[in-house]
Order: sequence, then C-alpha cells, then structure tokens
Amino acid sequence: MKILVTAKRVEDPESKIKVKPDGSDIVKEGLKYKINPFDEIGVEEGLRLAAKHTGEVVVVSIGGKEVQEQLRHALAMGANRAVWVNHTGPLDQLGIAGLLQKVAEKEKPDIVILGKQSIDDDQNQVGQYLAEFLGWGQATFASKVESLESEQEKSKSPAVVLTADKKSVQVVREVDNGLATVEVQLPAVVTTDLRLNQPRYASLPGIMKAKSKPIEELTPAALGVDVAPKIQVLKLASPPARKAGIKVPDVATLVEKLHNEAKVV
Amino acid sequence: MEFQLTESQRALQDAARKYAREVVRPKAAHYDETSEFPRDLLSAAFELGLLNMAIPSEYGGVGLSHLEQVIVCEELAWGCAGVATSIIANDLANLPIILHGTDDQKKRLLSPFGEKLKFSSFCLTEPGAGSDVAAMSTTARLEGDEYVLNGNKCFITNGGYADQFTVFATLDKGRKHKGITCFVVEGRPQGLTTGKHENKMGQRASNTTTVTFDEVRVPVANRIGEEGEGFKVAMATLDNSRPLTASLSVGIARAALEHSLDYSGQRHTFGKPIREHQGVQFMLADMAMNTHAARLLTWESAWVLDEGQRNTLQSSYAKCFAADMAMKVATDAVQVYGGYGYMKEYPVEKLMRDAKLIQVYEGTSQVQRLVIAKELFR
Repeated sequence: MKILVTAKRVEDPESKIKVKPDGSDIVKEGLKYKINPFDEIGVEEGLRLAAKHTGEVVVVSIGGKEVQEQLRHALAMGANRAVWVNHTGPLDQLGIAGLLQKVAEKEKPDIVILGKQSIDDDQNQVGQYLAEFLGWGQATFASKVESLESEQEKSKSPAVVLTADKKSVQVVREVDNGLATVEVQLPAVVTTDLRLNQPRYASLPGIMKAKSKPIEELTPAALGVDVAPKIQVLKLASPPARKAGIKVPDVATLVEKLHNEAKVV
Repeated sequence: MEFQLTESQRALQDAARKYAREVVRPKAAHYDETSEFPRDLLSAAFELGLLNMAIPSEYGGVGLSHLEQVIVCEELAWGCAGVATSIIANDLANLPIILHGTDDQKKRLLSPFGEKLKFSSFCLTEPGAGSDVAAMSTTARLEGDEYVLNGNKCFITNGGYADQFTVFATLDKGRKHKGITCFVVEGRPQGLTTGKHENKMGQRASNTTTVTFDEVRVPVANRIGEEGEGFKVAMATLDNSRPLTASLSVGIARAALEHSLDYSGQRHTFGKPIREHQGVQFMLADMAMNTHAARLLTWESAWVLDEGQRNTLQSSYAKCFAADMAMKVATDAVQVYGGYGYMKEYPVEKLMRDAKLIQVYEGTSQVQRLVIAKELFR
C-alpha cells in the first residue's frame, strides 16, 4: 500500500500573530513554524496504515527551501521519503490542488491523506479540489468512534479501515450531527479531522535517520502546473477586540438586562 | 563562527521540548512531592531515544554530538531537573566505556541499553572522597581472572534501579590517584547492596542511594582502561559531562525566567503589573542576560569537545558559571513571586531547590574554580 501525505508549513499555533500596520501581511519576524497539525494527524494515519498493510509513506510539501524542515519532521516520524515542490510566492488553493494532483499522478498512491484544512488560512478546500481533479472518491473530516484514550488508539491501529477485498476503505467522518461511516473506493482522498489520532512524537533516532532519507525536488514548471493565483488577498485585519463583559449581582438583574439592553428575551 | 542552530539541531530541540512540556511538566510537581522514581517518564524518554544519547549509533545509541546533547538536555531540565538528572545518569555512567572501552566492551556493555530500558550508575563519590578522588578507599584486588571489590559509595544517582554500575576503586591506596582503576559491574551480583533512597532537598525525582560492595567479583574483561588509569578515565568523563550539567542549570534558569515574566505581567501592585516597576525589570533583565551567557558558555564547552579538543577550562567555566547563575536566577524568581513564590503551590521554589544541587554535584562551584585556576596557570 502506498500512501501520500502532506506536510504544510504553518505558523506555530502557539505563537502570537500580529497583522502588519498596512494590512498587507502578518508580521513574520521571530515567528516559529510547524507542520500543520491536521497534516501531522494525516502523517500518523499514513504511518499506521503502512505499518498494518506493509506500505510506503511518501510526504509532500510545497514552498521554499524552508519547508524541508516540515518534510524532515514527517520523515523523523517515520515516513519513507519526501517530495518537495519548490515554489516561492503566492499560491491559492486551486494551485496547491493542481500541484498535488500532478504529484499524485506521478506517485500513484492508493490513498492521499491531507489535513482537512491548514491552521493558517483555514480554507478547507484543497482535499476536495484534489479529489475532483484526480477523479477519485473522497472522505473528508476523517475521525473515529473510539476516543483518544481508547485501547484502539493506544495500540496505534489505523482508524481508516481497508475492506477485505482491499479495494476500498471505510472512513468514519465527523458531520454536523455526529459521525457517519462511508466506504470509498481506492484510490481515494482522505482529509483528517482533529480526533482521528494522536500523532506520535518524533524520536531522536528518528530525527537522526531522517537526515539521510531522500527528498526529491520538483517545480511547478516541471510538473506543468500554472500556479498563477486566481485569488488575490487585498487586506488583512485583526478581528475587533472584544469588550470586557460585566458582572451582575443576581438573576433578576440579568433578566432585566437581557430584556431591556440586549433585547434577546 | 555560527550562532544559529541547524535544522536538525532545532528538530532535536523541538522533540525534547515537546517531551518536557507534554510528558514531564504535568508530573513534575508530583514526583517532587513524593520523591518516587519517575519510571513512566523515563520509559517514555527511552522510547524517544532521550536516554543513552551519548552512546554511538554503532553500539545501539543515538550518537548525538556533545552540542546536540546539551541542546536536548536544557529542554529536559526545563521540564524537571530531577528527571533530567535521572535521564543523563546513564550517559554519565556509560561515558567511561564510550571514552576508554575496547570494541568488545562497548558491544557487550553499551549495546543492551539501546534494546531495553535499563539503568546504569556512575559510582565515584564515597563518604570520605568526593572531589578529592585520590582519597578513595573502595578497594580492588586481583584474584585469578577476577577483581574483588570492597567499599562504600554514596550519593549514587539511580542506584536503587541500576542494573549496571561503573565503579572506581583503588588497587593500592598508597599509590593515591595512580592506584585508581575503573570497572563495570553487570547486574546486581552477590555482595552488591544499595541503601535507601535519600530524602533530598531538590531534584527529588532522581533516585539517590548508597552502593556497598562486599567481596563483589568483576571479570578482568570488565576493567575499563589499564590498571591505575581510573583517575584519568574519571577526569575525562567529567570533562565530557560538565557541559551537560551546565545545560541543566540553563534549563532551570530558563524555566525560572519564563515563570517570572509570566507572573510579573499578571500580578499588580500600586495600580500596575509588577513588571512595570523598575526594580522588577532589573531582576528580569539580569535573569535573561545571565541565562543566555550561561547557555553560550555551555554550547562553547560542548563545541570544543566536538572539535576533538580538550575542554577542561571551558567546561569548568560553563559548569561553574551556569550553576551559580541558576541558583541566583531561581532565587530571584522566588523574589519576583514574593510570598507566593515561597509556597509549594507555585512552581518557582522547586527550581530554587533543584538549582542548589548543581552547585554541589559533579564538582562543587569551589572545585570548579580550583580547576579553572589550575588551567590558567598551565
């Protein structure tokens, strides 16, 4: 089984994000970067599938030289090799999906696993576009019935289940009113939700081994993808600061204020 | 000269930081309070390859460079210095084998540490001999193809849980340091007993016991180096381990600084956060400045070793400065917290107790100064 996973470089979710005064971008000086947490869950799921069905995990990232750091992280977790699409400059979701399509057509994986969205732009589009471009089935927001404290999770078995005929996978999806199980034919695109698994830590020996694992370099031109963005970012702005709440002495005052000031009851 | 960490150094730092933040920190207060052996944390450390960092990869270890080890170790100590001491105790005990062992000894005595969780203890200190190594009274006598060890060792880290002991003993007390020889005792043979876990002021998560040898037999094949080379082996080991001990201090100080920055922004007096008072700012600035200075000394002392050079001077600079610095920074953190800092509900008094030990073990700050002076007079 061959699994293609993604590793987008995003701002560390614990860092403080500030918008530049002119609204053109965020302030990047001093920021730390990480693998997109949803992608990390995808890498983990890929590794579990590969362990169970003797497979190979290939990790792909798009960006400048710096994204090699995230590729190495996935390699340190246990991915076998990496593909780096060398591209700097703006890129929209269609461009990303177009590049991933070409990488997938080249690698011919059984499954592509992506984060359902990346925590920087939170677009939640690439997985869906990619499935459409490839003409494959998709199972978005993959989750599982078991909790992250369950025995299933402790045993590190994959939540994405290969059917007996090995031609499709069953995926539990998070939907608005609970969980839904779908079966999707392989090859397929799966996007991960938060509760799918708990990614393993990169071990020190893993980090040392990752240094010698291969990273193949590709470019949009070599893949024949026009990545000129169709979406233009005009301006960034912070959400308005929230005003502090008030404390009320008793329920009667609360009801009075809800009725007369907030006018909601 | 390059001050930036490489990508792989940052990856190692991130991995250790994640372990320290998510695995160690939530349990640090518990193990400090109970002084129980943190087996779960050490087991997780083993799985991540944090134990046995110094064992070369051809003998089943991770084979980190000295610089990489101190980068990782700072993170571990930031999580809990007691847990960090337990983690690096294996490397301290195995260093004599790494530095002076034969290929056969390395295969036999180091490789098992990569295979399963196993502890080793470095047995140098005695009730009457600490930094004055030549005053050692544990003896070894040759009988056929075995040496027989007799004597008492004290303050031995992980003593209660070790199944391998690196022991220094003298063949002839009259020969002073020229009689000292290094041996590796495998398992817990007859005649080897360990005492109760010491009730320490700080670093309470690390297990500390006496180890007693009563007619303990060691095969000649487990003698590290030649007869009489033990002093040299011990000194080389300490040159290697001082950067690590220094990095423990840096980790403690960084934790103290971060807590202080955080708390001084929340706590108000006279109508503003206390960090807007100049007196507090001066303390915070000194804490940050000295922590960073100690880190640079530590990195340099490890780097010199990686360059294959003797680092006795730099490692004593680093260990001495960092230990004294951590004590001051942790004490100031308690000061920033005021009355709350003295309470166990807050995290900084532990740092102060933990820091104190580093001024004492692996050569006191006074002994480090003697070493520094001796180096200056060379």
